[in-house]
Amino acid sequence: MPKVILKLEHDISTDDIYPGRYMATVLPSETPQFAFADRTDFNASLRAKAFPPGSIIVGGENFGCGSSREQACSTLKGHDLAVVAKSISRIFLQNSINLGLKVVLCPDLEAVEGDELEFTTDQVLNRSTGRAFPQVRLPAARQGIMDAGGLIPYTRRRLQARPR
Amino acid sequence: MGMTVAEKILARAAGLPSVQAGDVVEPAVDLAMSHENAALVINQFQEVFEGTGLEAKVWDPSRIAIIFDHRVPAESPKTATNQKKIRDFVAANGIAKFHDIRGDVGGICHQILPEYGYVRPGFVVVGTDSHTTSHGALGAFSFGIGATEMASAWALGIAVNIEVPATIKVVVSGAFPPMVGAKDLVLHLIGLLTAQGANFKVLEFHGETIRAMSTSGRIALCNMSVEAGATSGIVPGDDETVRYLREEAGVTEPIPTVQPDPDAVYVRTLEIDVSALGPQIACPHTVDNVKGVAAVAGTKVHQIVIGSCTNGRLDDLAAAADIIRGKKVAQGTRMLVFPASGRIFAQALDKGYLHDFMKAGAVVMNSGCGPCLGVHEGALGDGETALSTTNRNFKGRMGNPKSEVYLCSPSVAAASAITGVITDPRA
Ligand code: SF4
Repeated sequence: MPKVILKLEHDISTDDIYPGRYMATVLPSETPQFAFADRTDFNASLRAKAFPPGSIIVGGENFGCGSSREQACSTLKGHDLAVVAKSISRIFLQNSINLGLKVVLCPDLEAVEGDELEFTTDQVLNRSTGRAFPQVRLPAARQGIMDAGGLIPYTRRRLQARPR
Repeated sequence: MGMTVAEKILARAAGLPSVQAGDVVEPAVDLAMSHENAALVINQFQEVFEGTGLEAKVWDPSRIAIIFDHRVPAESPKTATNQKKIRDFVAANGIAKFHDIRGDVGGICHQILPEYGYVRPGFVVVGTDSHTTSHGALGAFSFGIGATEMASAWALGIAVNIEVPATIKVVVSGAFPPMVGAKDLVLHLIGLLTAQGANFKVLEFHGETIRAMSTSGRIALCNMSVEAGATSGIVPGDDETVRYLREEAGVTEPIPTVQPDPDAVYVRTLEIDVSALGPQIACPHTVDNVKGVAAVAGTKVHQIVIGSCTNGRLDDLAAAADIIRGKKVAQGTRMLVFPASGRIFAQALDKGYLHDFMKAGAVVMNSGCGPCLGVHEGALGDGETALSTTNRNFKGRMGNPKSEVYLCSPSVAAASAITGVITDPRA
């Protein structure tokens, strides 16, 4: 079962997740090396592939605030991480859905590093403490994009459906 | 039911008689702006067309604007190569609203768009930059998106699956005291709302103080609306909007504005009186950690930055020059000035402001984002403190997680440059 590998405070900005000085690196295949680059130990563990796919980052309120840089999502997606936060900044949330990064909104979540979490359709179960916390649904407006597996396949489908 | 400005703009752009907060719409895009991150947009755009057999062409090159500003001149071969790739794309697609690295028509994207009349009241503007909220200063509905969402807009010409945001009405009254202005107001507002207080919402600005405010001040206000999480900040278009677009942007065609209905529905109304407001400062490491300057006065400052899309306009430079003229930047403090555009650079040169700065010991830099995002130009050393007129003070924002950034107005920045410590300009 996936574990919490990093527990963060409120207002984690995209400057923290993907520092601005790496923004010239754009390709999703190249961004993962700079995930949380200024948290050097954590970054080193990620690059050493110390965590299994599906491992979880727990954020507080307003996760992903700041810049619209999409690298902040592709860098986490590249390591196959999931994000659970009390609330998520609008642009980061939309970028995550567009790129297919797993994000979960869970305002009351209590979890510490090392806890094992399970996601049901509407709850986050903390298997280490035995407690369950309700999820807030992601914006329904974006369901079509989630169903299509991201915005690129979704837009491709919309283009192809257009009369020529 | 009455509509807010955002609702009216989205209804028109989606071809609907009316919409309300919570509806899902697909507005036509009037202007789509990118900067150097167009390199990623191009990559995603080409991926959209992969396997379709369709030619990868943008929907309407006349509605796309690309401005180089984040890392100009290029700080690395990688950036230079990205810029080259974008130039090739611009040429191949016939994108005319392209501003390369130039001393005349170059500058920061959020300054170039208003300055060249690319944004009009009632427009739907999307930009691959969170401070795209700036353009609400001209009465547009303008919001930041990611690169993949921009690739989708370039392909389809619409913003897909947009939930109409609810609006918070902000009514501002009173006249600003001396040395206090739009930047102090917006910092105060962010302190009140908190960094996520307007997440998924629009801030619509009203009141006598806003009506009396220049477009430059309104840009600062809307620019930083995103620091409270707002999707967009909007000042409904008025005489000042029309004056700015005619006189400064050279727009000749009719400029209809969009006003909210008298019975528009707001989720919240906030009233602020600025007549007793003092200079404000956002302390490390969040923009909503706002205090009166007096609370941190005396703090040693190693680097002063005046510029950015928030406060790099002519009136900002004038305010700083008036304070620093004939004085010297304190020993042990360095001061960097970067005008927001080539046009502003030239105006500040003509008015003698740049001369004032240089004689005082400041370094005047080319227009662009400069040290705002910590890529190049003006990095901070370990343990150093910056006082900046920019809009973000997150840990590491200016390139070094072991440094601290405070945010303030040009007047506070200039007064502090002379003393080398955070200083109330009224003192
Ligand atoms: S000046 Fe700073 S905030 Fe403004 S567009 Fe440039 S990097 Fe972004």
